Amino acid sequence: MRVALAVPCYVDQLRPQTARATLALLQRLGCEVDLAFDAPCCGQPMFNAGVVSAAHSAANNWVRASSAFDAIVMPSGSCTHHVRHHIPSFVSTEAAAHASRVTYELCEFIAGPLGLPTLDGRFPHRVAVHLGCHAQRGLRLGGSTELHEGAAGPMYTLLAGLDGLTLAPLDRPDECCGFGGSFAIGEPEVSVAMGRDKLADATAHSAEVFVSSDPSCLLHLEAIAAHQQLSLRTMHIAELLEEATR
Amino acid sequence: MTRHATAAAGFLADASRAARHDDALWFFRQKRDKASAIPEWESLRNAASALKAHAMSRLSELLEEFERKATANGVQVHWARDAKEHNEIVHGILRAAGVARVSKSKSMLTEECGLNPFLEAHGVEVVDTDLGERIVQLANQPPSHIVAPAIHWTREEIGELFHRTLGTPKGETSPDALAAAARVNLHDALLNAGAGITGANAIVAETGGVVVVTNEGNADLGMHSAPIHICCVGIEKIVATKDDLGVLLRVLARSATGQPISSYTAHVASPKPGGAMHVVLVDNGRTARLADPVLRPALHCIRCGACLNTCPVYRRSGGYSYGYVIQGPIGAILAPATNLDAHSSLPFASTLCGSCADVCPVRIDIPSQLLAWRSRSAAAGRLPRGYSIIFPILGRVLAYLGRYEFATRWARRLQRIVPTAWLTGKRNPWTRPGRALPVIADESFRDWVRREGRRS
Repeated sequence: MRVALAVPCYVDQLRPQTARATLALLQRLGCEVDLAFDAPCCGQPMFNAGVVSAAHSAANNWVRASSAFDAIVMPSGSCTHHVRHHIPSFVSTEAAAHASRVTYELCEFIAGPLGLPTLDGRFPHRVAVHLGCHAQRGLRLGGSTELHEGAAGPMYTLLAGLDGLTLAPLDRPDECCGFGGSFAIGEPEVSVAMGRDKLADATAHSAEVFVSSDPSCLLHLEAIAAHQQLSLRTMHIAELLEEATR
Repeated sequence: MTRHATAAAGFLADASRAARHDDALWFFRQKRDKASAIPEWESLRNAASALKAHAMSRLSELLEEFERKATANGVQVHWARDAKEHNEIVHGILRAAGVARVSKSKSMLTEECGLNPFLEAHGVEVVDTDLGERIVQLANQPPSHIVAPAIHWTREEIGELFHRTLGTPKGETSPDALAAAARVNLHDALLNAGAGITGANAIVAETGGVVVVTNEGNADLGMHSAPIHICCVGIEKIVATKDDLGVLLRVLARSATGQPISSYTAHVASPKPGGAMHVVLVDNGRTARLADPVLRPALHCIRCGACLNTCPVYRRSGGYSYGYVIQGPIGAILAPATNLDAHSSLPFASTLCGSCADVCPVRIDIPSQLLAWRSRSAAAGRLPRGYSIIFPILGRVLAYLGRYEFATRWARRLQRIVPTAWLTGKRNPWTRPGRALPVIADESFRDWVRREGRRS
């Protein structure tokens, strides 16, 4: 299957290993991955900060870049959510509607269009899961406690299918980690308090690895974990699946 | 930092208090999860949302129907355009009857209108009869949570307060003993007040009746023991029929306190024999919100508090950080409508995690409303400091690959030169509360692709 890999700006700069792992994983799963997607950012940071006028150029260039592809994968739930649900709310072109239709979050793409609910792989570790709120409640890629749903969804199924992996259940499995884009700098004390609690929930359940489908949550959590000198290993789901299927 | 962020940082400075607050509210959230785990829950939410949307679409007709029915039942109905008119109407009723002391059950509307200080300034003593309300009243504070007004107090602090104000023994912290002392104090007020003021959780057009829900029975005692009952209610609380009310009552207590039904649900449609009953219908900005298609769904709120309990920001910042009579996510979308200049920080006091929308029993899409308020704040020039400079620049850089790569290459170079200490001082909000600096990778993904010469 032919698919374009769209790498969000902050992944490109701060977490290129996530993009490389996504590429390697998709190729291993038989995809022909196109790396010609040439827009750097979907405009989410400006949009969520309320400065919608500053998000227009980025969104327009993003949907223009998208029009060349029939399927686009992003290793980020929040950027996918922005492209799918927010851009069409302020860019009313066919290109925006097309981008909304063909853009997938990574796990969603593997389980959906690629048709692989589970992968052959091995990851003998105790793993705590954090979806990221836009994947969780925006894209509905994980069961939500608010809706009385269990921890289910493509990411959970992919993880549960790996040999040797055990899930560390969290007390508050879908509580926000506190990143929230501009919130992280606009409300820094609350943001860090939330992140600390999230990490404490994982370590209290003896997780060795904390995995997320959202690199932005990871950047925030890793920054706190580094400050606290925690030994918890944080990974993006692409990195974990790539390592498990080597 | 914004006003909310500063207040929140102050609240978090007392880490053990903040953790206790978070736990106490999470307990409510868990109770709500259990109580709402019934097969028809999502259908009930849909029905509740639809019946509120219906009531708002026929608001004027339903209010007039209510007035007709209530008047026929012997109730005196008053219309208040704003808080001032509301307060004057209530005071007028009390003055005409020569009432110097009133009991009042929980009512966020009277908090919104500032009724207590108004009446006290006119020589009327007001005793709040909900236990939590009484605690914050004795401490001269506003409520910090719309359902649990004194959730920010510890048992020890209440013991100290009651020792000072109600004469309980010093060091008394047993909940039973403290509640008993409050009961004695409140019974005196309830049984000897010249009028009982209540709020209303709903008013029903079909019956002309008002519905008051409590767990303490204080509203019932207050309205039935005094010769005059005054019910103060916002006009958005109306529902069309008793059947609609049934749906709301099923979702209300489950969402608020995790109970299938509250201990007391009073339907009052007429004055008691020999007594008088007044209903004051208050607009105070509600019709303006009704006329705004984006903000209108905020009027569906039934004040259950579920969005406060689930909100990870509210739990860690406390009710007072919102600086408004309604706190948490719902407060953050209601407050700016009353005064955007004063409350412009509230739409930004959220990660947009969406949990509030998923617990809301009437399905208000709070995150969308927060985003709408953020862009209105931008249009009104009320963004948090720096946003109106940073984000337009960021937008111009991130939109174009050339500019983006130019800027990130310079950032990478600067990262090698600038000492970390310069970037991690107290002025950097990223690192200040305890986060390491993010590190720009030596080679971006795009540069790696170019170096490897891979297009696919």
